[in-house]
Amino acid sequence: MSVRALAVGRMGWRWRLGRQPALVIGATILTVFVVAALLAPYISPYDPIAQDIEFRLQNPSWAHPFGTDNFGRDVFSRVIWGARIDLQIALLGVIFPFVIGTLVGTVAGFFGGIVDALLMRLIDVILAFPFLVLVLSIIAILGPGLGSFYIAMALVGWVSYARLIRAHVLVLKNSDYAIAAVSLGFSRSRIMFRHLLPNAIAGSVVFSMSDAVLVLLNGAAISYLGLGVQPPIAEWGIMVAEGQPFITTAWWITLFPGLSIVMLAFGFSLFGDALGDALGVKE
Amino acid sequence: MHRYKFVLYRPIQLLPVLFGISVVTFVLVRLIPGDPARVLLGARATPTAIANIRRQYGLDEPMWLQYFYFVKNLLSGEMGKSILYKIDVLKLIITRIEPTLVLVLASVTLSVLIAVPMAALAARNHGRFADHAVRIISTAGIGFPPFWLGLMLIILFSVTLGMFPVSGYGETLGEKIAHLVLPSVTIALSLSTVLTRSLRAAMVEGLRSDVATAARARGMPERVVFWRHVVPNSMVPTINLLAINIGWLIGGTVVIESVFAIPGIGQLLVRAIFSRDYMVVQGVAMMLACATVLINLIADIVTVAADPRVKL
Repeated sequence: MSVRALAVGRMGWRWRLGRQPALVIGATILTVFVVAALLAPYISPYDPIAQDIEFRLQNPSWAHPFGTDNFGRDVFSRVIWGARIDLQIALLGVIFPFVIGTLVGTVAGFFGGIVDALLMRLIDVILAFPFLVLVLSIIAILGPGLGSFYIAMALVGWVSYARLIRAHVLVLKNSDYAIAAVSLGFSRSRIMFRHLLPNAIAGSVVFSMSDAVLVLLNGAAISYLGLGVQPPIAEWGIMVAEGQPFITTAWWITLFPGLSIVMLAFGFSLFGDALGDALGVKE
Repeated sequence: MHRYKFVLYRPIQLLPVLFGISVVTFVLVRLIPGDPARVLLGARATPTAIANIRRQYGLDEPMWLQYFYFVKNLLSGEMGKSILYKIDVLKLIITRIEPTLVLVLASVTLSVLIAVPMAALAARNHGRFADHAVRIISTAGIGFPPFWLGLMLIILFSVTLGMFPVSGYGETLGEKIAHLVLPSVTIALSLSTVLTRSLRAAMVEGLRSDVATAARARGMPERVVFWRHVVPNSMVPTINLLAINIGWLIGGTVVIESVFAIPGIGQLLVRAIFSRDYMVVQGVAMMLACATVLINLIADIVTVAADPRVKL
């Protein structure tokens, strides 16, 4: 261990965090959104779907910090409740592809041969489609809704993870410890999932953070188009769509949900960058 | 000229991908529950029309034969009829290509015009304030939902300043250009954030390269070193990056056309999904996938033409 590393160790966590503004800011943003989502029923001042026609299209004020929409619903409360759905979109829209892609990529890279060749061709075909176009086509068949979106994401999104993991496993399966594991007579699944996977997965974890940004943007876009979350549920993408007819008079209905997407995405990006630095992963 | 030989054999290599695209689109529509003839023709189809489509697509035959009919129809330019518009899908798509194509080309051009100066500013001030500022802007910019950014630009430029029309497309060339400015800027801003990050990295590397050092040793001013040696060399990675992002770009166009009500292919797709016009969904998905494959091929050719060292 170098002198510098020792010194850093002595300085303690406060000093180390101070050296990583991206990590601190990113983690803070993510924490704020997660806490807001979890505590939505307690901290949102109004019911997110309660209509109050008397107070429709109100300017932002102390009573309604983000104003009200055309049904008199409190935009601030809807933004808080929206965090629940949009965080869920980012989480589930990443986890299914992550798990499927990691399993497929590990198996393909480890076994190689015909299975690998066929899977790679399948991946080429899926990647030939513009991502959103294929997702939309699948939603067209399954019918609009968040469930369809998750299924479409799982069917399309796994390819990036599979390619990432496969590339790592291809290199790692020829490493000394993998050969040692083989010569010790360990089972193939043990070598794959206990030896190779843990060493190959760092890149995917970092990628999942930038993927979360894209999934969030796509999920919100699909809801904006009317093919994802359905009214009256509060979700940022659909809130932007609902505010669009009023942008000339009531800009606050579209502004605040959009800003929330920007902030949450920024949090994921910063956290992902910091994670990449910490794990020594280069993009 | 042997460097360009791949132009001849690459299309053959692409055949499996094109085959895959046709299988995926075929399977997608066949997965819809219900009688395929009714699914393709809609609920109000006449018995004659149903009998015709059964014959044309072999819907009573086994699946593999149905696929054969599907490809046969496809090769003769027959993609079926739109339920909503009552015309051939291929004709329908052709009438919608112009706005989408112009939008994509304008967005790519604009995004390069935004990204090159931004990346140059960052790379030439590596590690200093301007570099950090550009990095933060591009990191934050990636998270801007294009549909929302478009609306914000409408508020600023159309509603407040009255500079551009709010939405639609128009008839004359002048109208069309006016209608496409804000949508192009919206997509270009989103795309330029990704471009800037990679271009900056390429330029930082270029400034440290032997080429740059040699140019400096010959007494060349730093400004000339940068614009004559570093920037041209960073163009090849940029072309590749644009090719990689073409799918993303087309997806962005689909959404933006809906935001600005531009009658392009993207809007056609979204409307077709709502009206269960599956022949159109199928046709557009296939067309856009083939376009992506074609653009990647063009990007390969441009790369080889731009950089004599590249061999494919």
